[in-house]
Amino acid sequence: MQTDIIIAGVGGQGILSIAACIGMAALKSNLHLKQSEVHGMSQRGGAVQSNMRISDKEIISDLIPGGTAKLILAVEPMEALRYLPWLSDGGWLVTNTTPLKNIKDYPDTEEIISEIKSIKNHVIIDADSIAREQGSPRSSNMVMLGAASPFTGIEYGIIEEAVRDIFKRKGEDVVAINLKALKAGRDYLNNKH
Amino acid sequence: MDKLMLLGDEAIALAGMDAGMSGIYAYPGTPSTEIMEYVQHSGRSSEDNIFCQWSANEKTAFEAALGMSYSGKRSMACMKHVGLNVAADPFMNAAITGVNGGFLLVVADDPSMHSSQNEQDSRYYGKFAMIPVLEPVNQQEAYDMVFYGFDLSEKYKLPVMIRITTRLAHSRSAVRTASRLSQKEVNLPSDPVQYVLLPGIARKRYRGLLNSQTLLEGESGNSPWNSLVNGNDKSVGYIACGLAHNYLIEAYRGKQHANPVLKIGQYPLPAELVEKITGDCEKVLVLEEGYPIVEEMLRGFPGTGKKIMGRLDGTLPRDGELNPDIVAEALGMPFEKGPEIPSVVKNRPPSFCAGCGHIDMFNALLESIRNYGPGRVFSDIGCYTLGALPPFNAINSCVDMGASVTMAKGAADAGLHPSVCVIGDSTFTHSGITGLLDAVNDGSSITVLIGDNSTTGMTGGQKSSATGRIEDICAGVGVDPGHIKVINPLRKHHEENTRIISRELEYRGVSVVIARRECIQVTMRRKKEEKTS
Repeated sequence: MQTDIIIAGVGGQGILSIAACIGMAALKSNLHLKQSEVHGMSQRGGAVQSNMRISDKEIISDLIPGGTAKLILAVEPMEALRYLPWLSDGGWLVTNTTPLKNIKDYPDTEEIISEIKSIKNHVIIDADSIAREQGSPRSSNMVMLGAASPFTGIEYGIIEEAVRDIFKRKGEDVVAINLKALKAGRDYLNNKH
Repeated sequence: MDKLMLLGDEAIALAGMDAGMSGIYAYPGTPSTEIMEYVQHSGRSSEDNIFCQWSANEKTAFEAALGMSYSGKRSMACMKHVGLNVAADPFMNAAITGVNGGFLLVVADDPSMHSSQNEQDSRYYGKFAMIPVLEPVNQQEAYDMVFYGFDLSEKYKLPVMIRITTRLAHSRSAVRTASRLSQKEVNLPSDPVQYVLLPGIARKRYRGLLNSQTLLEGESGNSPWNSLVNGNDKSVGYIACGLAHNYLIEAYRGKQHANPVLKIGQYPLPAELVEKITGDCEKVLVLEEGYPIVEEMLRGFPGTGKKIMGRLDGTLPRDGELNPDIVAEALGMPFEKGPEIPSVVKNRPPSFCAGCGHIDMFNALLESIRNYGPGRVFSDIGCYTLGALPPFNAINSCVDMGASVTMAKGAADAGLHPSVCVIGDSTFTHSGITGLLDAVNDGSSITVLIGDNSTTGMTGGQKSSATGRIEDICAGVGVDPGHIKVINPLRKHHEENTRIISRELEYRGVSVVIARRECIQVTMRRKKEEKTS
């Protein structure tokens, strides 16, 4: 198997925590992994992405070739569209709906959503509201991961284990909150699709 | 043997510790910062007593690492590509003094200028100094090359460069670690004048460096990092340097390539292997991440008659980072394309963090200087460079570390008044102090606005060299203490701050205004840590 994933967002939104969970789950599944990150200037509120490549064979390039990603996971809707040239024909676009408007010419949200809807395989999810409903507004990233989890090619149980491992050092409460958010995202997808 | 998930930077850091490195010296700079940070945050550095503190700049870092090597121990100096410009003087001369304990220079280049003001290729520096350069293609090679590089450095008593680029520096993959080596004991150089580059000695040592070139080329010919894989299709051969080799393999999507491929990971170029592939093939396509240095060497002048393709003939773009698609297209291989980016998507450049003190500093400066008209603010390298973007449009230069002070001085000498520079505290201690001394000595009328957030902000909040001592340094350099002002850049102090800056702008002489408020990222991190502990 080979799953190429682009995780997209804005510097400061914590996309690397999603990447870390998927990475940990890939390792637990004995798969090869390459994860390219953005450090430096763009972390100050600029567009950021992580190229994640998971495979049962050795991975050579850190970067994903165009048109081959099976999943774009975006925590911000405009950022979801920025990486469309990498999306494969049958690939999935899973995005949060909450816009982060830190630029003057931020487009009309309706327009963005209608562009997202024109993509064949898309999931639009209000992860912030779901996270709030779960009583943990800060875990919307885990809601996103839950909603995107079926497209990662990794068993859900292993993703749960990975989330547990990643948040372990922050205490059992934090682990529980994040697992709940993960499941809420997963449930949203299962009910919808 | 452990298997760990590491960034390229981290693989180099860990390998240094595993290979018996006694000290690492660096100044923060994307994409090299995480090398030092990994050593600092690992328990190993205190356990094994590995020196790991930030230096004031790349030159002091390089020289300190050279001194540790002089003492017989293994040492490492790390920097970003433009940092090597700062360290170029000791770098060029260290090739002539040679080294004693193994000495590795790790330089992280930034093709496509993700976080830099240029995309210069450090392999030119390696060639310029005539030292070996190693260029890993993945995290494992980065790890292994540190061991190999230390051995090579000790074998030839020369500094060895490891050149990486952003993609490898900031990409994570599994690394198998090797058995740890112990650190070396202090052992002074056997030749007491080895490091004394008086002309008579320097000439002798330089001839030694020249004589070693054939041997270094021989090392490249037998190097595990250089390999020629043959192929039946001799219509074109590929020479792939560093990460370009990954994209070449990727383009074949798991199939064996039909053409001969020479992978390059160690320089000077292995002449025999290059002659073999150029001799065997009708044409040669050179793929390299960075400047077309190998391509230029192959083309020669007036040319060897063989068709050489690459960045210079338009087969590949002349600038910017390579990627799998660019390489696939150059190879004539099929590649996929997803949907276009819809026009609704707007650029999202970086911006100041909410609550950043630089915002209030620029607001006060802009109001103070409004009546004088635009074009009088020289600036520098750091978060405050974002003052160039709207809505501020507040600065008129960003050239190199420290240049704001000296450019403001030159403009003042030309008659511009007021002439202002905006520089951060870390950049000021990196390379601003000497320029300020020039201005004081010459009585040049400049106003130095030091955005003191008490950290090295843009690279993520590393220790700044002179936190709490900026005004003492300015006074020590000779600035009149009556014209060293400290302001607190907060909105509620805007009017007072504007008044203070306005007054110093009028002053004919050197004045310094220190806008001091801790970086908001550092404040938030500290509060979070205090909460959890």
